[in-house]
Amino acid sequence: MRRRTRALVATAGLCGLALTAACGGGDAGSGETGSTTDGGSGDGEQITLMVATFNDFGYTEELLAQYSEEHPNIVVEHVLAARAEDARANLTTNLASGGEGLSDIEAIEVDWLAELLQYPDYFTDLSDPAVEGRWLESKVAAATTEDGRLLGYGTDVGPQAICYRSDLFAAAGLPTDRAEVAELLGGADATWDDYFEVGRQFVGASDSAWYDSAVSIYQGMINQVEFAYEEGDGTPVGLTNPEVREAYDAVLTASTDDGLSAGFEQWQEDWTAGFQNNAFATMLCPAWMQGPIAGNAAEVEGWDIADVFPGGGGNWGGSYLTVPAGGEHVEEAQALAEWLTSPEIQVQAFGNAGTFPSQVDAYENPDLTGATNEFFNDAPVGEIFASRSLAVDELGFLPYKGPNYFAIHQTVQDAILRVDVTGEQNAEDSWAAAEQAVADLGL
Amino acid sequence: MGFRQRMGRWDVKVSPYLYISPFFILFAVVGAFPLLYTAFVSVHEWNLLGGQGEFVGLTNYRDVFAQPTFLKAIGNTFSIFALSSVPQVIAALALAAVLNANLRAKTFWRMGVLLPFIVAPVAVGLIFGRLFADDSGLVNALLTQIGMEPLGWHSDRLTSHIAIATMVNFRWTGYNTLIFLAAMQAVPQELYEAAIIDGAGRLRQFFSVTVPQLRPTIIFVIITATIGGLQIFDEPRLFDDQGLGGPSRNWMTVAMYMYDVGWGNQKNFGRAAAIAWLLFLLIIVVALVNFLVSRRIATSDSPRGAARLLARGSGDAGRTPTAGATGPTTSSKET
Repeated sequence: MRRRTRALVATAGLCGLALTAACGGGDAGSGETGSTTDGGSGDGEQITLMVATFNDFGYTEELLAQYSEEHPNIVVEHVLAARAEDARANLTTNLASGGEGLSDIEAIEVDWLAELLQYPDYFTDLSDPAVEGRWLESKVAAATTEDGRLLGYGTDVGPQAICYRSDLFAAAGLPTDRAEVAELLGGADATWDDYFEVGRQFVGASDSAWYDSAVSIYQGMINQVEFAYEEGDGTPVGLTNPEVREAYDAVLTASTDDGLSAGFEQWQEDWTAGFQNNAFATMLCPAWMQGPIAGNAAEVEGWDIADVFPGGGGNWGGSYLTVPAGGEHVEEAQALAEWLTSPEIQVQAFGNAGTFPSQVDAYENPDLTGATNEFFNDAPVGEIFASRSLAVDELGFLPYKGPNYFAIHQTVQDAILRVDVTGEQNAEDSWAAAEQAVADLGL
Repeated sequence: MGFRQRMGRWDVKVSPYLYISPFFILFAVVGAFPLLYTAFVSVHEWNLLGGQGEFVGLTNYRDVFAQPTFLKAIGNTFSIFALSSVPQVIAALALAAVLNANLRAKTFWRMGVLLPFIVAPVAVGLIFGRLFADDSGLVNALLTQIGMEPLGWHSDRLTSHIAIATMVNFRWTGYNTLIFLAAMQAVPQELYEAAIIDGAGRLRQFFSVTVPQLRPTIIFVIITATIGGLQIFDEPRLFDDQGLGGPSRNWMTVAMYMYDVGWGNQKNFGRAAAIAWLLFLLIIVVALVNFLVSRRIATSDSPRGAARLLARGSGDAGRTPTAGATGPTTSSKET
């Protein structure tokens, strides 16, 4: 008898312990909310506005203090998440649980728009005649719902150029001057074929690879396809789009058969270490990539930036400021978001953190056009990325990223990694596995 | 019956329940409610942002089982679990036995084994990520030094499991060691004296006295290791930058899969809840099996070992095997 009860007690205890397993599912995300102050609405005079951002938007204390100087009744508090993913988890979880604990202004990344646009009621409609024409058309269009609601004010964009190692170019007998390199890669009519062709010349004469990772090249290519994995109304088409297969084949042929890829996955240890080992000579390079390159390649000399991008313009990343609808001070928050995303302030933010403005007028601001980057051989980065930014708009369309875009994109990305990085499969088998993975999504 | 008397009676009858109620109230709020609510979510269509949808019965469970990734994740979880728990418990037992000996600077060594446990998992992930990098990592550099082929820590399924299990072991061995050590210090000294008189050597003492005496503790450690091992999340998630178990999901565990379904691209809370429940049931089953097996192993040992030694050794100590079984450690550990 004694035995039995002990066994029972132990079993009950075990269930108690095991409970955490299932409980973890229910409430794992309800963690930090970041709200420490409550709007301070009591007297209707002093208002505290919370601005939640991530990484580095360039919103320094001094920059935010300017706003309080102009609006003495408003105090701006900055809630900063270290990684975009943390901010995303916080935002989605808080939206799902009713909006308590959200800041008055929540920054979002362009990649989250697809899912947030499905639930526009969570956000204040920010459309306002006063800000029309402020941003690049593509920037505004991406954040606008079908019925014309604007969910966010654009902050920065990620126009892509080509970053290259002039010393490795010189050793392989290629030109090194940034204008000549731009011309070498095809100038204004650069194509991916040009880029790969020069790459084949380069690897024939060098020990280094041409680019860092096949996935990033694929990403650059697919961002120039208007409807990659979905139709215009959001209907997923899986991997049936021939343009997707063409890009996949082109990238992998260049990467493995021609040996142009260094075989890294971006942001992994080996990739970081590759900067120090002359592992590759070029990279697709959105404006914000300057920081990571300079950091990873510290002490390495020879990096430069060419004002060119295969296949026309290409954008990678960029953010918006949104105003959650449930906030207490929606109007004041909208006014602050408008101010924060004004061309003048965004140029200041660019000066602070290198986040490239999405505001057209900023491209004429001498503080921006005059900007150079010492690490990249004093390249006139303001000028180069302004020109790249306009090229993105010239593409004439935006890649459509509907609700299923990232789920399908992930399968192709995995397929490329299996061939380029881990070498588990050849291109054909890996594609078949990707098709299986898409089928498993059950879209 | 007077009021005072009635109050007195009530006091005797009700107050014990009152005293233990905080635990059960807390448990109901943070344990039972989420558990049941998760079950409720799992039978609905439920989007993280869109909220509750239609009642769909067991469709979510069927969908989960139809996904090859789920089965792969279960395989990965068990593989990492086996590679971490087994060596971990054995190493912890051995370490505890060493620490239990008369060492100089005892506290230093004891704190030393616990040090990895207080390092944040993220830091462990970052450090081991560097060590196990395929091209630039220290481990592969060492392997090449001694003339072996470098291993594909991120490309091969089993090697990736070994790398992750190493992280887990690094973090948890010390913790289990301390638990074993605490239990070892509660083993009555006269048992060892009796064993010595019977001519048992160090090793025989360890297997015939220490291990059987630690039975409740071993069961506790095995059960918590099972629960922790099957819920493993931090280490494999930090093993690469995407945190999805690599391009072939080679090291995606069930908990990671649940997170990806609920918070990743799919935002399918219904399915994620179904996975949570399946994981819960799985853990109960495995923990029960472990419990029964580890109980058997330990009991089959004791009659041959300590009990027999004691029966011959001293009549006075004859009651200790049963006392040992309910042990001083049982009550504090199983709560």
